[in-house]
Order: sequence, then structure tokens, then C-alpha cells
Amino acid sequence: MWDRNQMAARAAQELRDGMYVNLGIGIPTLVSNYIPEGMTVTLQSENGMLGMGPFPYEGEEDPDLINAGKQTITELPHTAYFDSATSFGMIRGGKIAMAILGAMEVSEKGDLANWMIPGKLVKGMGGAMDLVAGVGRVVVVMDHTNKHGESKVLKDCTLPLTGTGVVDLIITNLGVLEVVEGGLKLLELADGVTEAELRAATEATLV
Amino acid sequence: MKKVYGSAKEALDGVLFDGMLIASGGFGLCGIPELLIEGIVESGVKDLTVASNNAGIDGFGLGKLLATRQVKKMMSSYVGENAEFMRQYLSGELELEFNPQGTLAERMRAGGAGIPGFYTKTGVGTVIAEGKEHKDFDGQTYILERGIFADLSIVKAWKADETGNAVFRKTARNFNPPAAMCGKVCIMEVEEIVPTGSLDPDTIHLPGIYVHRLIQGEHEKRIEQRTTRPRAA
Repeated sequence: MWDRNQMAARAAQELRDGMYVNLGIGIPTLVSNYIPEGMTVTLQSENGMLGMGPFPYEGEEDPDLINAGKQTITELPHTAYFDSATSFGMIRGGKIAMAILGAMEVSEKGDLANWMIPGKLVKGMGGAMDLVAGVGRVVVVMDHTNKHGESKVLKDCTLPLTGTGVVDLIITNLGVLEVVEGGLKLLELADGVTEAELRAATEATLV
Repeated sequence: MKKVYGSAKEALDGVLFDGMLIASGGFGLCGIPELLIEGIVESGVKDLTVASNNAGIDGFGLGKLLATRQVKKMMSSYVGENAEFMRQYLSGELELEFNPQGTLAERMRAGGAGIPGFYTKTGVGTVIAEGKEHKDFDGQTYILERGIFADLSIVKAWKADETGNAVFRKTARNFNPPAAMCGKVCIMEVEEIVPTGSLDPDTIHLPGIYVHRLIQGEHEKRIEQRTTRPRAA
């Protein structure tokens, strides 16, 4: 089984030189630690920045420089700043090649639910609906099952959707699945996981 | 006509009324119009609808305006950081209209550009699309979203000249330009008003045509999530 860092490292293998990418909060943020040596990947922060750098050294935090998770960050030599309408213009306009996002549920049709659990505290979708509707490719990184052991890889999502038919690739602690015609295609098993184990943890149709 | 006012109270004089729609700049606590929010709190104006990406935190930013129950409705994309907001929302005292973040930004930009509606793929097939016009273009489905025409915009920039030509700093720009554009009246607060002619015209982020009133003041600029990395030994 893969841990959070191994899932992030596997997601980093989807990156290509020169890509503009948006990373979601949680495990997707860890992907920036695994960008292959020599590869140039520009990270977008949807609050208005391309070329997001690492956290600042203590004492160098700038309240005017935060990421979409409201964390203090730094700029890089190729950084550019812009307003929110421009930022989502480049997202909606398909200029961002890939988004790597967390999820609560994914369906075999590529539907994604990652913003709302009815009856629980609703915080909002932020930029997630815009991202999945606009970027070139959506990669989801999440645990295969919830804390009750129930599959999060479903025939149909049960939670309110973030987007329909938007997910291209699913990376979980058990393996890698691609959304294809008719269901999900198993591309890879995580270390020490058998196909039978992954199938048992998957409600969606595997083709 | 002089745009520079002496304080938030003076700048807000004559533009506030109960039930009005206010568009605010800022993302989280970054680039928020702290002084004007304080001024609106002190004015006592009520039943406000506020279009702002977030709702501040308890006791700071728009959280101050929520604490005094001056807000009737929020139009936001993410409101998770404010316990008083949640309390009022769950008890039915406060209305909330969720907008996807990019849709909210574009609604402001569109309103400012005289565009009453636009089609977007964002939210198709989700609760956001319910009750909205759907239309297909080139085999893809879009929904109609409306431009926002606010009664008042409150925004924060880094510097402006006396005519309101403004420059923002780093990610504090965020929603401020689109929010500024969509108001019938726009009041801007800055850290420094500089003499007209001292800003390079090629580097103006928001032209002064969008700014009607301008104030200067001290900003607390609170950090919401202070994250750092260790220095190499």
C-alpha cells in the first residue's frame, strides 16, 4: 500500500516538462516535493499567482503573499501576479494543463465529489468547480476507501458533485485507475497490493 | 473633482443605505479593505448583501460586520474560517449564496464591463446549475451566470496616486480589481497615496476611472496561516 508521500510521488510522474499545474490542498500539495530533477513545472495558485515558491524562512513571512490555502509562501524568478478574474480566465480557458486534487468520491464516469457532505459543515467549493471544468487533465489523489472501509471509487457518487465526467486519472493508496469508456481501467497496483484486494475495495466497474 | 478623503467615515458619507449590495476585494484576510469594513461597522447600516470570496474570521475582516448582524446575505465561494458566520447561517439568520470562485470573479468583472450575463461550463451537472439557463455551444453544455452590479465596491490597493490609479502588491491583488470595477461607487483604501505623476503609467494595475473615493491608512494585514521552512544549518 502507498502512503501519502508515495501517492504524491506517483502523481508527480504525470507531470511533463513545461507544464502549468494547479495543486489542491492536502496530498496534492506534497506533489511539489517530487517534481523530477531538471523538469520545469510552474505551479499556479488560483488566488492570483504563477510560479509559486516554497514556504518562507521564519521571519520572512509576507501577509501579501499567500497561496490558495491562505498559507504564507514565496515567489520565484519567473513568478507573475494577476487578479482573480484573470486567474480563473486561465483556468476556465484551458491554459492550465493539469490539476491534481483530493476527493471524497469519484465515479466510474469520472464524476467528482469533493466539496460538500450534506448535514455537515459546508465551507464552500472555492475554486474546485472552476478547476475541474476548465483544466486540460484532472488527476485525483485520495485514499481508496473511507474510514469505515467503504469504497470511494463508485459506480455513482452519492455526495453533491463538483463536476461530471471531469476526472481522467485516479491515484489511490491501492493503485492507479484511468477513466475510460465503460468504466475504470487498472493501470498499476501499489506496492504489495494484489488485483483481488483492489477489486474488493472498488465499487466501480473495472474494465 | 477631488477623490482623496480624510478617513473611512468621510469616504463612506452619503453612499451607504440599508439593504444595499456591496462588493468587497480580498482573498482570506489578504488584501481586504480593513479600514472601510471598520467604517461600515461604525455606520450601523444594515441588511447588507456582501459579495466577497470569503467572510473573514471571527473578529477580523468581514467577521466584524457579521458580529454586528449588519449582513443579511453573503455571496461567497468559501466561508470555512468563521464560527460566527456558521452559527448565523445554520440558525437561518444569514443567507448564503455559494458561487464557484472563478464564477464570482467573472460575475464582478462582467458587471464592471457592462455584461449582464455570460455562459460558463463551471458548475454544469452540480447544484450550482439548478434553476439556471443551460445552453449548448459546439457540443458542450454551459450555464448562464449573471454579472454583478454592486451599489458600492470596497477595495484595498498598495499604492495609488491622487487620481486613483492603483498598484497592488503580490497576491493581495486577488478580487480587488474585479470588485472595484463592478460598483456604481468604488471606494479604495491604500497604504500610501503618492503624488500624481510619480507612478509609471505602464505599471498601473487598475486605472483611476474605476476609483471614486480614496483613503490612506495603517493596515494590520493579519496572516491567516503562518507557514515557514527551517533554515539550512
